[in-house]
Amino acid sequence: MGDRRRLCTVWLGSETGILKGVDVSRKQALNFCNSSHLSREQEVRSLCWGDPAESELLVGSADGTVKTFSVEKGDFTDSRRCGNPAEGCFTGLAPLSGSALVTCGESGMLRVWREDSSQPAIELNAGKNVCRMRQSPVNQHSVATGGKENGLKIWDLERPEKPVFTAKNLRDDWLDLRQQHWVRDMAFIPNTDKVITCTGFHQIHIFDPLSPQRRPIMEAKYGEYPLTTLSLPASGNMVVVGNTHGQIAMLDLRKGLVCGCLKGLVGGVRGLQCHSSQPVVASCGLDRFLRIHSLEDRKLLHKVYLKSRLNCLLLPSRDLEDRGGATEGEGLSQELKVEEDEVWDTMEQVGEGDDKPKRKSTEGKEVPQKKSKKR
Amino acid sequence: MDFSEVPVSPDDKGRKKKKQKKNKKKTQQEEEDGAAQQTEQKPQRSEPAAASFPPTFSVSEIKNKQRRHLMFMKLKQEKRKQKMQLRKKRKKEREALGDKAPPKEVPKTIENQRVYDETTVDPDDEEVAFDEGTDEFSAYFNGLTNPKVLITTSDRPRGRTVKFCEQLATVIPNAHVYYRRGLALKRIIPQCVARDFTYLMVINEDRKVPNGLVLCHLPEGPTAHFKVSSVRLRKEMKRRGKDPTEHSPEVILNNFSTRLGHSIGRLLAALFPQNPHFVGRQVATFHNQRDFIFFRFHRYIFKNEKKVGIQELGPRFTLKLRSLQKGTFDSKFGEYEWVLKRHEMDSCRRKFQL
Repeated sequence: MGDRRRLCTVWLGSETGILKGVDVSRKQALNFCNSSHLSREQEVRSLCWGDPAESELLVGSADGTVKTFSVEKGDFTDSRRCGNPAEGCFTGLAPLSGSALVTCGESGMLRVWREDSSQPAIELNAGKNVCRMRQSPVNQHSVATGGKENGLKIWDLERPEKPVFTAKNLRDDWLDLRQQHWVRDMAFIPNTDKVITCTGFHQIHIFDPLSPQRRPIMEAKYGEYPLTTLSLPASGNMVVVGNTHGQIAMLDLRKGLVCGCLKGLVGGVRGLQCHSSQPVVASCGLDRFLRIHSLEDRKLLHKVYLKSRLNCLLLPSRDLEDRGGATEGEGLSQELKVEEDEVWDTMEQVGEGDDKPKRKSTEGKEVPQKKSKKR
Repeated sequence: MDFSEVPVSPDDKGRKKKKQKKNKKKTQQEEEDGAAQQTEQKPQRSEPAAASFPPTFSVSEIKNKQRRHLMFMKLKQEKRKQKMQLRKKRKKEREALGDKAPPKEVPKTIENQRVYDETTVDPDDEEVAFDEGTDEFSAYFNGLTNPKVLITTSDRPRGRTVKFCEQLATVIPNAHVYYRRGLALKRIIPQCVARDFTYLMVINEDRKVPNGLVLCHLPEGPTAHFKVSSVRLRKEMKRRGKDPTEHSPEVILNNFSTRLGHSIGRLLAALFPQNPHFVGRQVATFHNQRDFIFFRFHRYIFKNEKKVGIQELGPRFTLKLRSLQKGTFDSKFGEYEWVLKRHEMDSCRRKFQL
């Protein structure tokens, strides 16, 4: 049992309040909840890692509690109350150093909770109808919020009085009509200060807090349905967006052009995350499937049916599937693995070796490897 | 090759055959060519052409169209004859064996060759049971609400659509038909909720033919969009019974096996009151086959202990699911649970969604 738990690599939160762990290489799903206490009020709205070592999960449920789930023990170890359900569900959850916690609700109350205190240490109002709150991966104290009729705001939690950056509304359109804000999701672009958002009006915007321009410095459009989530792959210069009709597309950030769509989805996308080192993207949504696509050839690598509508998804920073086969039960895993997976495994090992700046050198390495395979 | 020397044969095939034979001969000897021609011409005249073809010959090689057609018809007839003979033979064998005859083979259909769908609902599954037990229809299935249906159409309905609405209203108990009056659906929905309607049904028409159905469960959704086809009104039916009575009918739902099928089945079941009046002896059937949902409305009678008679009351129509949306009708900003993606999904004919 313990081994199986450790093998779970993808974590998903469902609408029925069940936390699901999926072992990708074996296509096995495990439910973590006590089945006697199932209720829709515990619907998982957001997930994040509790510590940098990724041994603890923070699960934000719709009734306003944040539960701590220990991956090693496979059980919920702690639960604390962060805000009341009347203020709306969680739209974002993020850990801070020293086991503090940032939460944000739909009502726009952004709160920082220190350990062992029922009162929030910092409380600020980010405006109504917040759709998403995200933390910067580099600077833990920098968070972004945005929602319906509530433009992008970037906050510094050390100086919570005023937002560091507030987006300005778009220019009026050619009929002189006001354009609405509807930020559905955002992400901090690594190595820059820029923030990318996607909107309910199928736009993708990039904001640059350093420039004097408070309007987006780039706008791209995809499809004709509201975009729900976005995620930035490790390779850079790209963004993956998903919409309510189950369409996922990769867009180039330099020109804002679509450079590929991912197929196979049937229902709206709710959660989307790219792996931090591998070129894969995992998506989940109302169609109750977890799908993992490769970003290189845009093929569907894995598809797991999980029985409930899924709200959010969390990938680890380690590799998704090689550990499973190595540690135990090699025979079993090999049976389950499709040939494609094996091809994938070999590809990974190449990917591990290379670092981004040393591109040329790694390419040089790759070529002889390929040749050797052919022989 | 000089064809002018050869006496013109009645059919073009002679040439063809010669060519083929010649090709064969080329490999052997070229000297015998003249003699070979003579020998060839004999079988042409004496035998019917079809019999002397080499096995690799295909009818499409014939260049004369009339001739080709004739040959093709002959070929077909022959094949058919053979088939019938085989059948007769088999039948005789079966009769000879009597009871010991092997059981008849089940014909292959795309339904029984269906690709396994991993979302097929297992009745013992706790999680799915919980999911279904707490969904938007749970109030109806727990007997807390009674269905009340509003039927309306797209703007300015014409002949058949109006009649179709009226007839639907006689099938579904507690249904109210309203004229659309150019109102927006998103504005109608809050008013319906205030008046305790549990369903909003909108029939779309195109060139006087009903072709779409939006079925919106109130107050929380979901909303399904169906394509409607082959509508047959009561008047157009043969051997139909008298008009249906006010009794609430029994409902039969067939073949809704996947998770999506279950939600659609629940959506359709919740249209009718939960306790049917058995006195009325009326049945509404939603039969799903190859993702098409066939609706029929019957009256039955138990003639004696073994025999049952049924009588169709109409109307009949066929539905095909286009999309299932979470929440009440909002085609622009709503989140879709399932969308039909035509060229992506129907690449395999043996894969079904419902």
